[in-house]
Amino acid sequence: MTALTETQLMVVATAEALAQRFGPEYWREHDENEAYPEAFINALCESGFFGVTVPEALGGSGQGLSDLVLVMEALCRGGGGGGPALGYLFGLLGTMTLVHAAESEHQQDELKALAAGERLCAFALSEPDAGTNSFNISTTAIEREDDFIINGAKWFITNLQHSQRLLLVTQTQRAGSTESCGLSLFLVNLPNEALTFTPTPKHGFNYYKSNQLFIDDLVVPKSALIGELGKGFASLAPTLNAERLLVAAGAVGTARLALRAAVTYAKDRVVFRAPIGSHQAIQHPLAGAHAKLEAAWLMIAEAAALDDAGTNPERAAGMANMAKYVAVEAAIETCYQSLQTYGGAGYAREYHQERWWREVQLFRLAPLTQQMTLNFIGQHVLGLPKSY
Amino acid sequence: MKALVAVKRVVDYNVKVRAKADGSDVELNNVKMAINPFCEIAVEEAVRLKEAGTVSEVVVVSVGEKSSQEQIRTALALGADRGIHVEVEGRPEPLEIAKLLKGVVDKEQPQLVILGKQSIDGDNNQTGQMLGALANMGQGTFASEIKVDGDSLQVIREVDGGLQTLKLTLPAIVTTDLRLNEPRYASLPNIMKAKKKPLEVTNPAELGVEVKSHVTQLGVAPPPERAAGIKVEDVAQLVDKLKNEAKVIS
Ligand SMILES: Cc1cc2nc3c(=O)[nH]c(=O)nc-3n(C[C@H](O)[C@H](O)[C@H](O)COP(=O)(O)OP(=O)(O)OC[C@H]3O[C@@H](n4cnc5c(N)ncnc54)[C@H](O)[C@@H]3O)c2cc1C
Ligand SMILES: Cc1cc2nc3c(=O)[nH]c(=O)nc-3n(C[C@H](O)[C@H](O)[C@H](O)COP(=O)(O)OP(=O)(O)OC[C@H]3O[C@@H](n4cnc5c(N)ncnc54)[C@H](O)[C@@H]3O)c2cc1C
Repeated sequence: MTALTETQLMVVATAEALAQRFGPEYWREHDENEAYPEAFINALCESGFFGVTVPEALGGSGQGLSDLVLVMEALCRGGGGGGPALGYLFGLLGTMTLVHAAESEHQQDELKALAAGERLCAFALSEPDAGTNSFNISTTAIEREDDFIINGAKWFITNLQHSQRLLLVTQTQRAGSTESCGLSLFLVNLPNEALTFTPTPKHGFNYYKSNQLFIDDLVVPKSALIGELGKGFASLAPTLNAERLLVAAGAVGTARLALRAAVTYAKDRVVFRAPIGSHQAIQHPLAGAHAKLEAAWLMIAEAAALDDAGTNPERAAGMANMAKYVAVEAAIETCYQSLQTYGGAGYAREYHQERWWREVQLFRLAPLTQQMTLNFIGQHVLGLPKSY
Repeated sequence: MKALVAVKRVVDYNVKVRAKADGSDVELNNVKMAINPFCEIAVEEAVRLKEAGTVSEVVVVSVGEKSSQEQIRTALALGADRGIHVEVEGRPEPLEIAKLLKGVVDKEQPQLVILGKQSIDGDNNQTGQMLGALANMGQGTFASEIKVDGDSLQVIREVDGGLQTLKLTLPAIVTTDLRLNEPRYASLPNIMKAKKKPLEVTNPAELGVEVKSHVTQLGVAPPPERAAGIKVEDVAQLVDKLKNEAKVIS
């Protein structure tokens, strides 16, 4: 990996400083109390973290995916663990989609406000019958003379409670037709009377609520349509690599934090005559995990650089999927071994390992499962036939 | 009114400093470097004065090797307007730095010079005072609050046993204490803007200053490891050991 530029070093230093201010204790308390990490998210907003890839002319930093993964990794490694990852990731998807798809002046203004951190944007794609298979969604927007009317339901939609905008993905029917013409994207204001939601209690990340969302006769003006009617997937496509690499970077950052804690603990803790870190049963698993994390990080950097260069989209997509797969496997193994190093203390909340373990599980499931990265590698990198 | 702020590149305060294997110096290889925390407070104070409309330009200066430009850029990202790098090899001692800063003061003619009260590498706590003497300016060291009032400056200092309030005539020198302010983070858009801010590179010869070292570093050693303790039988034995072995009571 090439050395970081002076600018990247500063960006990482800012992310680390911010992460240190909100260390593991902050996240433990908020997880236990199921409290939204408001001060942390506000600090992200104020320091321009939601505008990393937004052009400078619109108030962002105009940087690429190479910079974004550095930020995500540093926020997690610097003290946040998984904590920052979910809020940051799902907060970015809408914004990043707008970077590619915002057209009208109104939409550019929306993007400016998001880049400046004045508003947060949630992202609603998944439905009970369509998580992995996005094309199967049934939420539908019907075109009318002056507007669209939208009905349907979503699930697992994160942070509706604290967002002012929602990027909503729907099937679409043109005026007068009852056939779907494809997916479309709409930018919707929150809160909104036509939207009701209830949180789904979950395994970890209790700082953020992920919700079941019901959409009843939501009427939006034509200006709310992002990108072309029925071409919503094309508008989402430029963010697919980013989505994978953000998860991967979050996983590596979380695992590095867990590993660093475990190494410190293993140097200090004496059970028999010597520190447990001198026993190869402890030392080798930590050493192996570290090596795998380093390998994963190199892949992430390479995939991000390929995406930024834009010269070989096929290779960029393949590498993004491979990096996501490898990073998440390495991170899960690292958190497993780090928890094991703590013995019974690994199970106690005050040592954080049990929380990071719960958090790292999400990365194999959302926003994209490990199997789907393997499907991509199997079909598009290895050229094997598709079964589904 | 122009403010000049001095910043120094030091080992990041989160890093546990280690001696080199040969004991010649502190290990700086692969070690994270940062702006000295007291200098960061100095930058913050100058930027706040600018935001309040009291200061019109914030110039930041660093004396050091080429890599010090990283810290100047960080200060620019925190809100300073332009940077001056006085490029020198090695690690100059406080008096040399003060002389070089005097050269910059002569050229820039700032009304206010803000420095950290000390840098966390050498912990010398000398540069600001020496600069004050060389530049013939009044000084308010260990400042926990400063207020510009026309052509004078009120400085509240943290001194043993309380606070002291000084009134200085501008131009003047301030060195910062921890409680002066809480520095901000460089926001990401400001980091991008910092790339485009001017950074002038100069050297001792251009400033007409001869750099001459007066101190030779003989070696660097870590403090001795703490030995394991012992359990004493009773109070009498404790008193005996404190008196005759530790020699801390008589
Ligand atoms: C905490 C959390 C927060 C979330 N936040 C959001 C959000 O803000 N917005 C949003 O839109 N979504 C969100 N999601 C949803 C998330 O994106 C989906 O859960 C994810 O895409 C997986 O879809 P699914 O749960 O429907 O799994 P399913 O599609 O039901 O898949 C079930 C299993 O079958 C496997 N599988 C399916 N098809 C294949 C195949 N062809 N080959 C091999 N294996 C296959 C999958 O890999 C998986 O293991 C969130 C989820 C969680 C858990
Ligand atoms: C929820 C919970 C309930 C519990 N309930 C009880 C209870 O009711 N009563 C009770 O008495 N105890 C209880 N315990 C304690 C439990 O039995 C201990 O946590 C367990 O024996 C491990 O000891 P430790 O936590 O001190 O780990 P440590 O001894 O600190 O071990 C730390 C790590 O080092 C490894 N290690 C240590 N020595 C070596 C070696 N020589 N070679 C290789 N690896 C080594 C360990 O395997 C472990 O991975 C409970 C623990 C938990 C988490």
